Amino acid sequence: MSGLFDVETGDYITSFHRDSLNGIMKYSLALGATLFAFWLLWSGHYDKPFIIVLGAISCLFCLWLSMRMGIVDEEGAPVQMGIRPFTKYGPYLVKEIIISNIAVTKIICSPAMPLQRNMIVVSANQKSELGRVILANSITLTPGTISVRLEHDKICVHALSFAGAEEDLSGEMGRRVCELENTS
Amino acid sequence: MFVVASIAVLVTMTLALIRAMLGPTVFDRVLALNMFGTKTVLLICVVGFMTERTDFLDLALLYSLMNFIGMVALLRFSQFGNFGHSETEGQS
Amino acid sequence: MIVLDIFSWAFLIAGSFFSIVGGIGIVRLPEFFSRMHGGGITDTLGAALIIIGLVLQAPVVISSPKDAVLVAVKLLMILFFLLVTSPSSCHALAKSAMSQGLEPELDNNKNS
Repeated sequence: MSGLFDVETGDYITSFHRDSLNGIMKYSLALGATLFAFWLLWSGHYDKPFIIVLGAISCLFCLWLSMRMGIVDEEGAPVQMGIRPFTKYGPYLVKEIIISNIAVTKIICSPAMPLQRNMIVVSANQKSELGRVILANSITLTPGTISVRLEHDKICVHALSFAGAEEDLSGEMGRRVCELENTS
Repeated sequence: MFVVASIAVLVTMTLALIRAMLGPTVFDRVLALNMFGTKTVLLICVVGFMTERTDFLDLALLYSLMNFIGMVALLRFSQFGNFGHSETEGQS
Repeated sequence: MIVLDIFSWAFLIAGSFFSIVGGIGIVRLPEFFSRMHGGGITDTLGAALIIIGLVLQAPVVISSPKDAVLVAVKLLMILFFLLVTSPSSCHALAKSAMSQGLEPELDNNKNS
């Protein structure tokens, strides 16, 4: 733990509060396990112990580097969300992406191109910065709406049609991200 | 069937190149470049399946990450005029 | 196997269609901020459908089951990275265009 680097003061951290130590342990364990799982999946080496040890060493090196950069926290390794982003939020996002893709495809393929470009401001009332970033990225990921600027709790959105803008203003997506954020 | 998909990807790349050549502003060109990079990843995947060489996928994975890093670096450079030192110090 | 072939055909053709539509959009739409929506189509549904089509094709092309699973996982990770990184770079592009003084053309006054 002596390699930890405090970004704000520029010093190496030597003493911890017990809670933050537990937190860092949790996030770094999760990050290390994820790194090693991905290494195993991508390399496909399971029978040569020497190569597996080399992979484990490189994972530990990456973990040490990211600790030095100070990004091992609830944003860098969001273990507090578990797998709910993939099980609950993912299917909803896929459905939204397909619906809005078909809408934008209709606009592009129609000869007259009925554009109704407008800018709206969507309020993001998520507690954490991670939640707001998830919301802004989801808005950009559904074609027809692009989040142009993210300031505190307001997201400036450029929309291609009024229908797409109204869908974002209804706040359905924001409610789902809030649900994701509330850890049980 | 891989031929059909790769031809479609190539057509899209051509359209992106047309926009990169026409583009009135520099951002149009960067947008076309971004799209070209995404399509490159897809083309590598499809060609890897067509020639049954699955190690092409590693290249595609690397390319998708490189494309993102290159894009962010380019935009950062166009916004700040240098590649760092604009946020917190110490994020070596 | 023939069922897998039919499904992957359908996914690949649909992905090709959406990808070309996005390409047409990026050429045809009138100004920069609208063109980004065209780029969004190819980045999300075009890429996703083509990669899902390839995943369905993996057990047909690759003989050993272990390699087929690894290839499918790699393809899904490529898709995941594309879906995570493309909105970030899109947002960075829009933000940098706005801060350079490029204003989007709006047509609010049509029927609102």
